[in-house]
Order: sequence, then structure tokens, then C-alpha cells
Amino acid sequence: MAGLASLTAHELGARYRDGTATPTQAVTECLARIEALDPQVRAFLTVTGEDARRRAALADARFRAGTPYGPLDGVPMAVKDLLCTRGIRTTCGSKILEGFVPPYDATVVARLFAAGAVLLGKLNMDEFAMGSSTENSGFFTTCNPWDLARVPGGSSGGASAVVAADMAPLTLGTDTGGSIRQPAAFSGVVGLKPTYGRVSRYGAIAFASSLDQIGPFARDAEDAALMLGTIAGADPMDSTAIDVPVPDYRATLGQGIDRLRLGVPAEYFTDGMDPEVEQAVRAAIATLEKLGARTEPVSMPHTEYGLAAYYVIAPAEASSNLARYDGVKYGLRATGARDLIDMYSKTRAAGFGNEVKRRVMLGTYVLSAGYYDAYYGQAQKVRTLVRRDFDRAFEKVDLLVAPTTPGVAFKMGEKADPLQMYLNDIFTVPVSLAGLPGVSIPGGFTQAGLPIGLQLIGRAFDEATLLRAAHAYQSVTDWHTRRPALQTGTADRTPR
Amino acid sequence: MAGPGPRISPGDVEHVARLARLDLSAAEKERMRTELDGILAYIDKLRALDTRDVPPTSHAVPVTNVMREDEERPSLPQEEMLANAPDRHRDLFRVPKIIEE
Amino acid sequence: MSEHETIVGLEVHAQLATRTKMFCGCGAVFGAPPNTRTCPVCQGMPGSLPVINRRAVEFGIMTALALGCGINQHNRFARKHYYYPDMPKNYQISQYEEPLAEHGRLVIDTGPGPREIGIQRVHLEEDVGKLVHEGALETAQSSSVDFNRAGVPLMEIVSKPDLRSPDEAAAYLKTLRAIVVFLGVCDGNMEEGSLRCDANISLRPRGQAEYGTKVEIKNMNSFRNVRDALEYEIRRQTRALDTGERIVQETRLWDPDRAVTVSMRSKEFAHDYRYFPEPDLPPLDVQPAWVEEIRGRLPELPDARRTRFRQAYGLSSYEADLLTQGRGLADYFEAATQGGGKPKAVANWVLNELLRELPGDDDRAVATCPIPPANLAALLALIDDGTISGKIAKDVFEKMYRTGDTAQAIVSREGLTQVADEGALGSAVDRVLTEHVKVVEDFRAGKKAALGFLVGQVMKATQGKANPALVNRLLIEKLPKG
Repeated sequence: MAGLASLTAHELGARYRDGTATPTQAVTECLARIEALDPQVRAFLTVTGEDARRRAALADARFRAGTPYGPLDGVPMAVKDLLCTRGIRTTCGSKILEGFVPPYDATVVARLFAAGAVLLGKLNMDEFAMGSSTENSGFFTTCNPWDLARVPGGSSGGASAVVAADMAPLTLGTDTGGSIRQPAAFSGVVGLKPTYGRVSRYGAIAFASSLDQIGPFARDAEDAALMLGTIAGADPMDSTAIDVPVPDYRATLGQGIDRLRLGVPAEYFTDGMDPEVEQAVRAAIATLEKLGARTEPVSMPHTEYGLAAYYVIAPAEASSNLARYDGVKYGLRATGARDLIDMYSKTRAAGFGNEVKRRVMLGTYVLSAGYYDAYYGQAQKVRTLVRRDFDRAFEKVDLLVAPTTPGVAFKMGEKADPLQMYLNDIFTVPVSLAGLPGVSIPGGFTQAGLPIGLQLIGRAFDEATLLRAAHAYQSVTDWHTRRPALQTGTADRTPR
Repeated sequence: MAGPGPRISPGDVEHVARLARLDLSAAEKERMRTELDGILAYIDKLRALDTRDVPPTSHAVPVTNVMREDEERPSLPQEEMLANAPDRHRDLFRVPKIIEE
Repeated sequence: MSEHETIVGLEVHAQLATRTKMFCGCGAVFGAPPNTRTCPVCQGMPGSLPVINRRAVEFGIMTALALGCGINQHNRFARKHYYYPDMPKNYQISQYEEPLAEHGRLVIDTGPGPREIGIQRVHLEEDVGKLVHEGALETAQSSSVDFNRAGVPLMEIVSKPDLRSPDEAAAYLKTLRAIVVFLGVCDGNMEEGSLRCDANISLRPRGQAEYGTKVEIKNMNSFRNVRDALEYEIRRQTRALDTGERIVQETRLWDPDRAVTVSMRSKEFAHDYRYFPEPDLPPLDVQPAWVEEIRGRLPELPDARRTRFRQAYGLSSYEADLLTQGRGLADYFEAATQGGGKPKAVANWVLNELLRELPGDDDRAVATCPIPPANLAALLALIDDGTISGKIAKDVFEKMYRTGDTAQAIVSREGLTQVADEGALGSAVDRVLTEHVKVVEDFRAGKKAALGFLVGQVMKATQGKANPALVNRLLIEKLPKG
């Protein structure tokens, strides 16, 4: 049964139901692809082959008995190593959590298991989700399946690469300032960041509590809808997961976008951006118009301040969330310490990479006595201004359309300066600050064959419209069906 | 204050590293100082905005009063809670000598 | 009279008597084996998130109302950062700029009359784990942590610096303790650490408006320790000021064995707690309707109850005071009086016989009492109507305590009914008079004590069942007048 690994989850589900394929067959194929390709792509930190086969067999039995759990039953997937999985080591891409085995599952993981999904493994990421290239992983760098010398984006680089390389149809990543959307753009797949509060964060190792969200990577809008519908919804374990009903995202996918009002924010087309990206996005807008949408320009005057506000708020919250990594209860503990404080300081110095240290220092600084009002206080107010820009725009339009990133996948090692790296996020960060949903979908390729991402931004809790528009776009384009030409065989990718 | 001098001094870096419990070498401290200085310079653009009448966004979700009932949920077994301990002493987590700062 | 005025503020932490912890569903119990009452949340595991315990908020509101505080409708939690092994997350979820309640008062009276002490604020936070060391903290090579206590709800009550003496401080603490115990929000057990007290004390020259340097005192786990520690501090600081020494702003620990305070660490460089609003917890918006509903359910507070006991039941201040130390005992007393017992008699029996038998005077102990209040009332009624004597009643009481039987059942079963039949008693009296001729002579000679002896003999002859008053009267009638 070749080719099962390249099917979408909804296609697989159909094959399971009509008996022309079984979960074990699909999972076996995925595992074989992982074995053949991951030495080059390096997306996986942990492969859970045995567990996967066991879950697949249980799914087989349910289909034979005619009692499958639902559309995700037996579907292979993998999750970013930021999500806690009971009994399976979870590192968050960091040496400081090497060996940590959580005694509990994240809520989203539990929901996927309850739906019958089959976990293939845990995926590589920038350490503690801090980064835009996966080069900050404490272990190694993941390679972009479209060009192994380039980054897949970050921080959910492993999750985007797996879908791009057909190692699984669905993965879960997290997005704080763009960490789902940007790698989706760089890797040529669909990546959706839900509204803040749409999906439970319980069990997701925290980076920036007021910004983090968990979301799917998929090949098409329908699969993203499937995954989102399974993981979304209130959770008594997460006070910030709001009790808003979860619509049937798939039911409205095919309704088209006739007369949908699209806003094109002027500030998202900047001078420094890659002209090919701009061109592709403008072409995509034209396509959307042909589908019946009506576009109009909107202005979001505080866009340029979003990144600065983000780089105060996110490191501040991160410095707090990472205070617990101290060698006392779990993870790495430095040896040879004189006393407790020495142990703390040596453990954290040994366990954290440079980017994490930088953000912890920055975050600690902006929260420290005397600086709070000028930095953190001010950034929180600017956050309000950024949010108001969106509120005003959504008075006139239903969706915003923009590029996901100013450029395409860059070469490993190219963005050595931290600030240069941060500038990758200028189009994704404001959406995070406003807590709104955003999706990146494949919108074209550069001459050199690198994927270009198109970003759609919606009102709070209106993921249905995002997905509907994405689906409409995908019904008349084929960017999302293209696959990188990965050869199985020996690889010589140098780690970070 | 004349001109845009360095925003963060070596003393600041020392102080913050201590607050953050990070053991940095002299070279790392200097590199950190330069990098943070650059980032803070970028962040400074926030000062240009007049936010006098703008309320801060302290919470990303517009809800209040999220509470739970005072009902017991089973605690996790002792073995599971101690399983990840780097230094386990009987049923406790052991840590090195504590010196008051 | 010292030239210095003492200024004291007290910071009290009360562990709330909720079933579960502040932010997770683990049981908030004392004494379980280490690390058996924990979960990812209270151990601060990666990915865990807090969820507020509604009852803890309710208890906080109850306390704030009893202290006359204004409830801040909008209040929220904040993170307070510091590194310590008993802190699972290396930050404590507490309240900072917007606490639950502020600006209340507590009335104390150390003799000269009632004085109002200001309450600065009441807020909620989570407790930390427990550290154990081999020997003293200063010399231990390592320490170990038990997280069972981590996450237990704490209510912090901060007074204004209005206290002016160690006596006042002890009175404040005693009164505050009675209130929280009465409300049922805290069991008030200082030895077990469910009620903790830290003090801030400074001296200033009389007449000066500016405060002196304040010193924080910790480790006072009883009213007596609070008084002794503050008295010591006053002496220490006075001596220092008199010799021109500067008072260092620091934290000192009370050492009850050596009766001194010992410097712990310098607070000259205060912790930078880097407070910011807790992003994982949406703010509280305490609705006035909820507050009023809670206010309506508040039990009668100790002060009010004490006054009512004196006025309505005619009890002495001493009796009223003792009976209102805890709600359990006060409720028991009232139920017994409602069951028909005369208040003074009930008070007497409760404060003497009952407290003698009970394992303690707190609510927990009273709840274990095998004698329902109505049964005590019934026992007292049997004394009143002459069925049994007071002395027999004490025996009956002990048997009631051991068996749980009613007084009537025991009296019937053991034939303890008092003999009040003049005829039967008359015979007993005659016999005794015949047997103790010498004593009769002594009585006739003027020894009044001889009467007591003879009464005793009649009681003995009737196995204590004779009605003593009747015996007395009969003897006097039958004895020859001297």
C-alpha cells in the first residue's frame, strides 16, 4: 500500500472506512519514511515506534468492529517536544530537560489519544520555543525538506518539516510570536495559530503565558479543520482556555468566499521584504478576488511597534516561566556545586543555550525594580494599541490578508545577529499580541523553488472563516499539493 | 543625559545574572551586554508612543472569575512525583547546602 | 517610662481550612507521607497551570468582612519571584497591587479600654513546601524538600503599624485568631503552623513623627513567644539606641530556648520580587451580590457572642471568654441551654467536667464529645429535681462520657436514684447516731465539724444516694441540742 504517507488525514480516514487501508499499514509506512528520511531532515527527537504500532493495532480492531472513534482514529501524527506526553521523554528542545519524563499528558495530547490518533514521536524545536529557525535547539538543527541546507523555520521546525516531508499528515506545534505560521511558510505547509484561549495550554511547557497557543500543521485546510476541532475547547485545567463553543470547522469549509471582505494592511508590505514574496502575496490576493472576495486597504499604524512590544513581554514572561528550571525536581543538575545558589547558577548556565539565556536576561531586566514601568508597563500599553488597530480594521473587513514573513527560508547560520533573527517575526507578532487567529498557507514558490507563505488573519474565535478562505484558495491553486524532492539515502547534514 | 549612551552597564549585567541565577563567564557577560544593549535600543522605539490614556493589556482574554469548586482530585502517586528527581533522598528531593545570601 | 515609643505591625499568615489547595485539587491535609499530596500543578512541573479555588476566595471575603475591610471588586493575582528550594516554580502566586481587601480594623482591649488597630490588607496566596535539614540550617550539608504543603491556600493579613506594646501585639493576635477560628476559615493551630505571625518592630523618640528603622521578627509560634520576642527586641533596640548604635534593617529569628532574637539576614538590600500580574489567571471581579450573600451567612463573631453570653445568660466575663474561644464549645454551651439546662450550671459543667474529659478545647475536640448537649441538659435536670445528688451526678457524667448512654439510663440501671424518702433516711440517720455516740457528744459540746462527719457517714451508709440537704436537716432535727 504505497503512498499512504502522502495522503491527508481526511483521505486516510476515508480509506480506513472503506476498508482499502488500515491504520497499521499507514503507520508502518510513516515509520518507514521516518527511518529513511529523518537522518537527513532531523525532525524527530524521539520516535515512539512501539507505542505507535500498538495504538495502530487498537485502531485496526475498532475499524474492523465498525466502531471507530471518529475522523482522526488511526491517523498518524507527531507533536512538538514542548507538549508533555506521559511516560515519553519531553525535552522542550533543551538540555536542561534532558531525561525529563512527564507523569501526565498535555490536554491536547489526551484529546488526540481519545480520538484514536497515533503518536509517531516528539519533534525538534528551538529551545523553549525561542527562535525562528530551530537552530536554537539544544540538540541539533532540523533541515528544510525543500533545501536541506536551509532552515525549516522555528520554533516549530520539526513539526512543519514532518508534514512537508510526508512523514505524517498532521502535527501539532505552538505559536507565541509566529512559531507555527513562520515555519509553515518556510516549509510550504498549512500552519494555524488559533485565537488565544481557543485551545488548552495545560501540559504545554510555557514560554510566554499570555501569547502561547497550540495549533496544527497540515497539508490542507480540511486537515487543519479536523485537527483544530479535536483539540479546541475549554479545559478545567486551564483558566485561560475560554468556554466558547467549538463549531464544526469542516462543515463550513466549502461555503466559498463570495463577498467576503478582505483587508490588505499597508504596513505589512515593507521596503526590505523579498520582492518574490510580495509578488506571490499580491497574486494570491488577486486569486481571492476572483473567488468573489472584495479587498480594501486598511491601515494598522502600530504594526512597527509590535515587534518591540513583543520582545519586552515575551522575554519577561519567559524569564518567569523558566525560573523553575533549577535542578531541584527534574532535569539537569550541575555537579560539583559548592552550595545551592552555585548549583542553581551552574545548572542553568549549562542547561540553557545562548538565545534562552539572552531572553531570560532581557526578561529579568525589564521586570526588575525601576524598569518595570518604562519597559513592561509601556509594552503592555502598546499591546493595547496594536489590538485596537485590529479591532478598527475588523469593523470594515472580515479577514486580513498579508505575507507571513518578509523573506523565505534562509541558510543555516545566516542570521547570526539575534535582532536580525527577530525581524523574521514582524508580520506574525502583532497577531499574537492581539490574541487573534492566523493561518499561513502555501502561496507560491520562489524561482529557486522555496515556499512562500500567505497569511490570513481573522477575528477572535473566527477560525471557521480563516479555514473557509484557505479552503477556497486551495480549491483553485495547487501550491499545497507540491512536495519536495527528498531522496531516501545517505545524508551528511551537519548539525548546528 | 548627553546622547544615547549604553543602556546597560556591566554592573547591570552582573546584577541581572545574579537575579536570574545564571553563571556567566566574563566573556559571556560582555557579549551579553552588547547584545542586550542592541535589543534595548530597538525596544526604545516604544518610548515614542504616547500611552498616557491607554490601559495596559495584562490579560489576553476578556474573562474574569474563572474558579473551581473545592473538590479533591487524586494526587499523583509518590513514586511518579519523585521519578524525575536529580537527587532523591528517601521520599524527599535533596538539595545542596543552603547559604543565605 | 521609656523615651522611646514602640511601633509594631503584625503580618499574619493563616492557612485556610479548605479541602483542597489554592490552585489545584490536591488535598490540603496535614501529616501525610512526604510528596504524596502533590500533582504537576503544585509541584510546578513544566506545562502545569493554576486554577483558583472558589472556597479560598470565599474564606478571604468572610475574613475581610469580619475585619471591616473594603473588598476590592477588581483584584488579581501576581507572581512574586525568588529562588528557594521550597518554591516549586521559584515564584509564588500571591497578590500585590490589587489585593482582595484593604483598610479594615480589629478592636483589642488590654485593660485600659478598647483600641482600634488598623488592618492594611487581606490577600490570598499559596504556601510553599517544607524544608528539612540535618540539624540547623546554618550547618547542614544538604536539605530536603517535601512539597505536600506547597500550594495550600494562605491568607495574609497585614496590620497597620498601630500596635504600641508586646501586650497589644499578643492581644491582637489572640483576637484575630479567635475570629478566623470562629469563622471556620482557619483552625488557628500555631504549633502546627496553620497560623503564623511575623512582626515588624521599630522604636522612635516620643513625639517624633518619622518612624525608626524597622526590624522583622520571625519564628514566634505562640502568643507567649510573640510577647517575649517583642519585649526582648525593645530591650535590644533601646540598648543600641542608648549607646548610639545604628539599628540595622534586617530579619531576626526568635530563639525561644535562649530567649533572644538572632540576626538572620540583612534586609538592607531588599529582595527584588519582580512582581507582575499572573498571566495564567484571569482577574477576579467580586460581585457585590456575592459579597452580600456571604455577609448574610457570617456567623456571630467572638466579640458579639461574648457580650451576648454575659448579658443574655448572666455569665461572668471569665466564663464568657472561655466559652467563646471556639465556635464548637460556644455552640455546645448554647445547645445545652436550649435543651433546658440553666446557663450558669451548664457553663460550670462545660468548663470543668467536660473540658477535663475532652482531648482539647478546639472545634475538632468538641466534635468528638460523646455526650450530646441535650443529654448534658438532661443530667443537670436530674440534679435539679433531686433525683440524684451533685456528687453522684459527677460519676454519672463520667459514665455518660465513656458509654454515650443518657443520664436516666445510667441512673436507672445502677439504681443511683437519690434517696429522698424521709422515712428510709430517718432510719439511716438513727443508725448512724447510735453508732457514733462520741461524735454526737462532740457536736453537743460545740464542735460544728462533727455534723459534717455525721452527714458523711449517712452518705456512706446510703452509698452516696442520700439527698444531702435532707440528711442535714434530719440530723439537725434529731441531734440533741447542746
